[in-house]
Amino acid sequence: MGISRRGLMAAAAVTPWLMRAEEALAQGIQPKRGGTLTTIVNPEPPVLHIGVNNQAPTLIVGGKIFQGLLRYSAKLEPLPELAKSWEVSADGLEYTFRLQENVKFHDGTPMTAEDVIFSIMKFHMEVSPRARGVFARIKEGVVVDPHTAKFILSAPFEPFLLMFDVTVSAIVPKHLFEGQDYRQAPVVQKPVGTGPFRFVEWQRGNFIRLERFADYWKPGQPYLDAIIYRVVPDSQSRRLALETGQVQLTQSNDIEPFDIPQMRARPNLEVQTAGWEYFGPLMWLELNHRVKPLDDVRVRQALAHAVNRDFIAQRLWFGIGKPATGPVSSATRFYDASAKMPAYNVETAKKLLDDAGLKPNAQGVRFTIRHMSLPYGEVFTRLAEFLKQSLRQVGVDLQLESVDVGTWAQRTANWDFDTTINYLYQYGDPTLGVERSYVSTNIKKILFSNVSGYANPKVDELFTQGRDAADPKARQAAFSAVQKILVEEVPLVWLMEMAFPSIYDKKLHNIITSGAGVHASFDDVFFA
Amino acid sequence: MELSRLPAFLLARAVKAAVVILAIVVCNFFLIHAAPGDPASIIAGQSGAADAKFLAQLRAQFGLDQPLYVQLWLYLKGVLTLDLGFSHRQQVSVAALLLDRLPATLLLTGAAFVFAISVGVAMGALAARRVGTWGDSIITILALTFYATPLFWVGLMLVLLFSVALEWLPSFGMASVGVELHGIAAVLDVAKHLLLPGLTLGLFYVAVYARLSRATMLEVADQDFVKTARAKGVPEGRILRRHILRNALLPVITFAGIQAGQLIGGSILVETVFAWPGIGRLAFEALLARDYQVLLGVFFCTSVMVVLFNLITDLLYAIVDPRVEVAR
Repeated sequence: MGISRRGLMAAAAVTPWLMRAEEALAQGIQPKRGGTLTTIVNPEPPVLHIGVNNQAPTLIVGGKIFQGLLRYSAKLEPLPELAKSWEVSADGLEYTFRLQENVKFHDGTPMTAEDVIFSIMKFHMEVSPRARGVFARIKEGVVVDPHTAKFILSAPFEPFLLMFDVTVSAIVPKHLFEGQDYRQAPVVQKPVGTGPFRFVEWQRGNFIRLERFADYWKPGQPYLDAIIYRVVPDSQSRRLALETGQVQLTQSNDIEPFDIPQMRARPNLEVQTAGWEYFGPLMWLELNHRVKPLDDVRVRQALAHAVNRDFIAQRLWFGIGKPATGPVSSATRFYDASAKMPAYNVETAKKLLDDAGLKPNAQGVRFTIRHMSLPYGEVFTRLAEFLKQSLRQVGVDLQLESVDVGTWAQRTANWDFDTTINYLYQYGDPTLGVERSYVSTNIKKILFSNVSGYANPKVDELFTQGRDAADPKARQAAFSAVQKILVEEVPLVWLMEMAFPSIYDKKLHNIITSGAGVHASFDDVFFA
Repeated sequence: MELSRLPAFLLARAVKAAVVILAIVVCNFFLIHAAPGDPASIIAGQSGAADAKFLAQLRAQFGLDQPLYVQLWLYLKGVLTLDLGFSHRQQVSVAALLLDRLPATLLLTGAAFVFAISVGVAMGALAARRVGTWGDSIITILALTFYATPLFWVGLMLVLLFSVALEWLPSFGMASVGVELHGIAAVLDVAKHLLLPGLTLGLFYVAVYARLSRATMLEVADQDFVKTARAKGVPEGRILRRHILRNALLPVITFAGIQAGQLIGGSILVETVFAWPGIGRLAFEALLARDYQVLLGVFFCTSVMVVLFNLITDLLYAIVDPRVEVAR
């Protein structure tokens, strides 16, 4: 970890890098070369190429093979990766990235601005719906010289700099894609990137092996010789693999929340929940406003009052994650702490339901609605049962329905539900990850659109203002206002700011060093 | 058995089998498409982002924009030329996926099969010979326990004992990854990984074979020809092997035929618990992901296996018991 080399990097990035170097030195730990990290990938992704597939496991494994122009601190400040520095013009329309020199793809070809422009303007525009939504605002992508790429926007877009993480816009080799169907090019099966680890072997159902890339652009790095991702489909087997040391790291949903206390108790293991700030996953109770009486704001407020969110965070998720306070995660930019959703209060909930004219019958039931539980593992089943108990207290009878992933996806997309659970990444900015769930222009029969059917012209207008304003202060004003309206109207009942535990052997260092956590390249990870 | 009638018999059976398999393929096709959700919506769900263009692109690429009868016709045409199609989700041909996973499953289920038959029949024979003694009671109780215990629980307990407490055996996987092993060391490595899942899968069948062979052997042992043999002074061991066991084997063969038919796909649970990279898991994951072509491919393989082993069982009957003849 040479400090001198870091000194050359962009001024904006110096502080966090220095802090990390100092921290490591203060602990007296010197990086050591060698060793194979064995960890877990779950579920097994269908295709390993970022962009062509964007499932969480693909992004985690692909994050070692590929790199983006930037990476992000836990506070979402951009840090250099393939771009060593960048400039934004005063009018907020031109973004110029100066690239690291000596960067090579795993096939030995140098990476240049041509690849950068191709990746953003062609590749991700074609294959990735999320990137497409933002990159459509680029009027022109220019190769200034082999190590300088420039993007000219048609209108200012303040969150633009958040779009260059490897998980959003990995830089891919132009020469291996050009002139082919990007999804079916041969290189998709054997990904070629610029990352510290190159793809070697994938035995489906068994393991993925990555090995140290000898020509990696940071001298002396990476420290690890190889990373092996084992495919272990059963959560108890994953836990045993970690406990017995057969794997040294687990991430995201690998370990069920109810196993976390035992993992914390193990002296050789470290349990970290940091490293999800860039994604800011927020979980909520999705309400279908087309189903009576969920169209009544008093009923939605009552539901929000009836659920003890502390219990969910502390007892169901064992402290992995925090109770939600509103539509924006506290890790996301423009979060307004003063906009607070209805607090847990059973009596208020009952009174609101009384006011809405929903009197309990002889069995104490005011109305009955269905709840489709999220088929993402045991803990979500427990959550559904907890919600049923909670709502029964105020006279709402929740009828649980168990479905598999395919059914859940189809019924949610087709508005064929009363209530369900959903969680979405916020990607650091309300425009990138919050707006889509609330604006009426996004009421579509597509997953992750505004499937609840909530519509409020004022909310639409504020989200538009927040999106288009070039000045962060103006954006803050718009987003604060919209958060206040949303916590009042409760279109959805926000439950928890999610995080996922990264559990690893204490001999491992630098596992979590950024806001994207285990998605990082791991070029600085080492066994002490 | 008259060997002259064998070719005609085989031909008739092959025609019947083809019709059965075709019917199974068509039924499966409609069953799978009746499940809600399609591969495109699942990929969208797993990616956490989607737009209309994305879904349309995927559906066009997967061929899902065609009417169902066209999709069925294309699939049937493929199956008739032994082309099992392409997994668009994984961008790999179904045949390649199946061939990739088949050896692992056959190794696991084959080992469990051999283990179950040999140990099961031996236990049954032993119990039958000493019927009523404490040895018989122990075997019967053991068999009942294996029979009644859920597979995944046995698996987890074996792991807790041998992997966690004793640290003798690995708890998951089929081989060590990241170390170069050759020759005998590689075989031993796989054997070490095979032991726990093989045992877990086999114990249930051990119980079945033990109970089955014990019961039928006791039944046969009471028959007149055994008494005659004994009266002639044939040694007890020889009576057991030649007279009792051979005649008691028919039900065991029947059951073995059924088990062999399940060699593919009958081990989803064990493959999941032990992260064994087999075909059962492939099928299960394909089902959840609505990876239609892969699932149909696995179903096709399993139905071929069942039909094949039924035929082998019928032929074996004729060999073991000369009174049984092949007929149309």
